[in-house]
Amino acid sequence: MTIDLLLFLGLALVAYLAAVGMVASRNAVYSALFLVLNFMAVAVIFLLLGAAFIAMVQVTVYAGAIMVLFLFVIMLLGSAREASSTRATWQAPVAITLGLALVAEFGIILFGGGTSLASRPAGLTAEFGSPRAVGQLLFDRYLVPFEVTSILLLAAMVGAIVLTRDLKKKEPQ
Amino acid sequence: MNVPTSYVLILSAVLFILGVLGVLVRRNAIVMFMSIELMLNAANLAFIGFARANQNLSGQVFVFFVIAVAAAEVAVGLALIVAIFRTKHSIDVDQISSLKG
Repeated sequence: MTIDLLLFLGLALVAYLAAVGMVASRNAVYSALFLVLNFMAVAVIFLLLGAAFIAMVQVTVYAGAIMVLFLFVIMLLGSAREASSTRATWQAPVAITLGLALVAEFGIILFGGGTSLASRPAGLTAEFGSPRAVGQLLFDRYLVPFEVTSILLLAAMVGAIVLTRDLKKKEPQ
Repeated sequence: MNVPTSYVLILSAVLFILGVLGVLVRRNAIVMFMSIELMLNAANLAFIGFARANQNLSGQVFVFFVIAVAAAEVAVGLALIVAIFRTKHSIDVDQISSLKG
């Protein structure tokens, strides 16, 4: 058992427990902080898997920008605590049954043969996953999707502004 | 680099299932939304694992796009949640049962 594998197993445990904590905690702020922990653990796993640039993007964009936005909205709405009022009682058992079905399906796919991934050798060059390599691919082969992404982000920005605009304050022209 | 790809896929599957459970069990719209982020992240993990297994950087570029799309999705989704909260004064999805605003 090498140091890489030990690191991976430890990080996987942290990511798993953080995900469980996110789903289970009653307070939405705790959920958000558990999700940040999960994203951080997954970012280090990305580093282990030779994706240095993506790991940094994960930390800055996901754990940084997106989760700050989540925390802002949770605190803006003051809805940290969940009202446990009118819950349908059949929902949780059905949800857990469906989750177990999904576990079984993944188990069949991963362990039922047909995947020969475990034996595949993975020797990587130092250049693999570096900003230089990813950037070259991004601006060469994936240039058009990259530009489309910018239009998508612009549309999302306009959409967010329009949706949260206060209609009562609109000036009559 | 001795982490087997199957381990990465198992972790990805476990995180995805937890995300699914979060969407199904929780009734707070923001926590449901965070569970969706967890599922996207699990898919990213699978992409990175396959990118390494196949020695192909395209998987990592796809993760980059997924993160960009997730950012756009979060902006619009949270704006929708704020708009719903303004009219219904609740983000419990069981309370939001009518289409009329």
